Amino acid sequence: MGKVSYGYSVPVGPIHPALKEPIEFHFEIEGERVKDVKIYAGHAHRGIEWIGTRRNPIQCLYISERICGICSVTHALALAFAVEKALNIEVPPRAQYIRLIVAELERIHSHILWAGVAAHEVGFDSAFMLLWKIRENVMDLLEKITGNRVNYAIVQIGGVRRDINEELRREIWKSLDYYRTLSERIKVLLLEDPTFMMRTRNVGILSKEDALSLCAVGPTLRASGVPKDIRQDQPYIAYADIGVKAITPDIYTGEIVGDVYDKTVVRLLEIDQSIDLIDKALTMMPEGDIVYEKNLVKLLNLIKKGEGEGVGRHEGPRGEDVHYVKIVAGSENLAVWKIRAPTYNNLLPWVPMFKDAEVADIPIIVASTDPCMSCLNRVTVVYPSGRKEILTHEELHKMSVEKTRRMRKKC
Amino acid sequence: MLALKILLTIFLSIFVMFVGLLYKGIDRKIAARLQARFGPPIIQPFYDVIKLLQKENIVPENAVPWIFNGAPWLALLASISLFFYQPMGSLPPLLGDRGDIILIIYIFTVAAIAIVAGGFASGSPFATVGAQREMVLLMSYEFPLATAIIALAWYYSKTFPDLPSFSLYTYVLKPIWSNLGVLGVFGALLILIAILVVTPAELGKIPFDIAEAETEIAEGVMVEYSGKNYALFYIADGVKTIGMTALIVNLFFPWNLSSILGISGMGAYILDFLFFWIKVLVLLTFSVTLVRVAFARLKVDQIASLYWFPLLLTSMVGLLLMVCDKLV
Repeated sequence: MGKVSYGYSVPVGPIHPALKEPIEFHFEIEGERVKDVKIYAGHAHRGIEWIGTRRNPIQCLYISERICGICSVTHALALAFAVEKALNIEVPPRAQYIRLIVAELERIHSHILWAGVAAHEVGFDSAFMLLWKIRENVMDLLEKITGNRVNYAIVQIGGVRRDINEELRREIWKSLDYYRTLSERIKVLLLEDPTFMMRTRNVGILSKEDALSLCAVGPTLRASGVPKDIRQDQPYIAYADIGVKAITPDIYTGEIVGDVYDKTVVRLLEIDQSIDLIDKALTMMPEGDIVYEKNLVKLLNLIKKGEGEGVGRHEGPRGEDVHYVKIVAGSENLAVWKIRAPTYNNLLPWVPMFKDAEVADIPIIVASTDPCMSCLNRVTVVYPSGRKEILTHEELHKMSVEKTRRMRKKC
Repeated sequence: MLALKILLTIFLSIFVMFVGLLYKGIDRKIAARLQARFGPPIIQPFYDVIKLLQKENIVPENAVPWIFNGAPWLALLASISLFFYQPMGSLPPLLGDRGDIILIIYIFTVAAIAIVAGGFASGSPFATVGAQREMVLLMSYEFPLATAIIALAWYYSKTFPDLPSFSLYTYVLKPIWSNLGVLGVFGALLILIAILVVTPAELGKIPFDIAEAETEIAEGVMVEYSGKNYALFYIADGVKTIGMTALIVNLFFPWNLSSILGISGMGAYILDFLFFWIKVLVLLTFSVTLVRVAFARLKVDQIASLYWFPLLLTSMVGLLLMVCDKLV
């Protein structure tokens, strides 16, 4: 006897009003309950790594900012860390602080943006509008600091491109005060709203075990009660001087559920944390150079002569972002560039989160990991005939075994 | 006389469509200001309808064409006919001798059924989910609403045995609040609350817009509708919105200006008519616009349990209090 199904299949995506980017879900629904889900990624592959290996690292910085529209400085920082590690470039302390300030400002804007999107997904449009209005302030501030609202172009290999002067410092402090006064109100607006609570409490629960075994990262992981944050665990740039503590939802609610509400709590608390970090960084910021090598021709020559490989990691608003680069002597281009964006890790945790969810919960669960599809897509296999295929684990394993054999023969 | 009635009916139909769209525009503008936006111009719904009427009217391949095309007409006609049985200001209802409050409740159901039928007939999974949700919604709010109406009608039949207790014109002639005792006032307030909570569900607005739920099921029942058909639904929505608010105004806020100011004759009719529409607008702002900017969308099971238990209890207690008021 075969299994009798009374349900029907609902496709969500690649184009769907709830998802701002292309990803495809196939839900098996019975009544209003999700019984099974299949996820198909790979609709937004742009070949950025391939483009990157045809350009030098300085040019790659600007490409890396275009991996994601929201965490622009995240990818640029991770790439810069990787290249600096590969070539043993020392970043001046002042540049480290400026990098921290921009990265944390980006976190504020990204988390407010997320909170607005989450409110929109549960039909709370007023909160969406108000939050995005609040977000304008930090966007303007970023423009004042870097010259751009998005894709800031502030990171340089070995430092940053613009300094923060006394006037900007005052502007930043003004902005921090603005967000300090608003942060309590944002919490009341979302966390104490009964309808928002009804829609997010006990929805999309990710248990601690699942979160760990499926390698979730960022707020998705921390909301499940795992205090992991690279800024805390392996502090880099100025984070080591200031000190960061990973935020888990029990700080605010006293318990860990791992649902969408907890993910909201973590993100809203991280806004406060970022405000404090920037405040401290502004006070502690030392004087000095902002870049290792001002002369770009000299810097390029250094890259050309240098050799090595490096891994750069940065805790972006969505989680840990990893870039790996390999630089060989004699070429100014990157030999290898590998990006692992946080959304890639947060893909599988969706499956347990969707378990027994209702149709109405689908958008908020998808949004709860703050996914970024265009960051996620790194590989699409397209045969010359134009046929697209999904490779299974076995096939990939077979392919790597074959490649190892080929390489052994060559030796 | 019949010719005059037909003429008036046609005039009234066009008038309520116009007001429906206008009030939709005002509702959108107020909501926008509350959300710190500028919002569209007040006559935006008219632009929308004109544009929609020029667009292609697509019928999906696996739709049932006659239901799919018929449902918008049914929804619009049902919504417009709400006004044939409602008094406006001191004007008696146009077809008051042929239908009363029971008919109005039925017409609301017909309008909802039209949406459900259109959704099921469009052959899209999103529309199917939306139509199922609309059915659940319908089943959830009908009982509290019916209880509330029965409570009012029973009270009127006991207080004014010689007047038709289900006719809305009775409610306008004898405003409810002036005949109630202390218990009755509390009962009537509870019933008013019950009807006000039913209003957004009846009209498919946030927090009860689950049948359309843009982010969840891509406009649900409306997902396959385009062009002319969608324009008809759009107008029907506007008309239904003012229809429901007009019903509440007639039941609970039937006061007229003319008797206070001492005007009579034609002037009184015109003044009361205008005042009636102002009351509708104010109530619309409070019961639809403010509610829809203040809440998130609820889930279907949350709505069902809200209507079946707390709200049904509210209207039952209201009924009980009114009975006590009359008997004690």
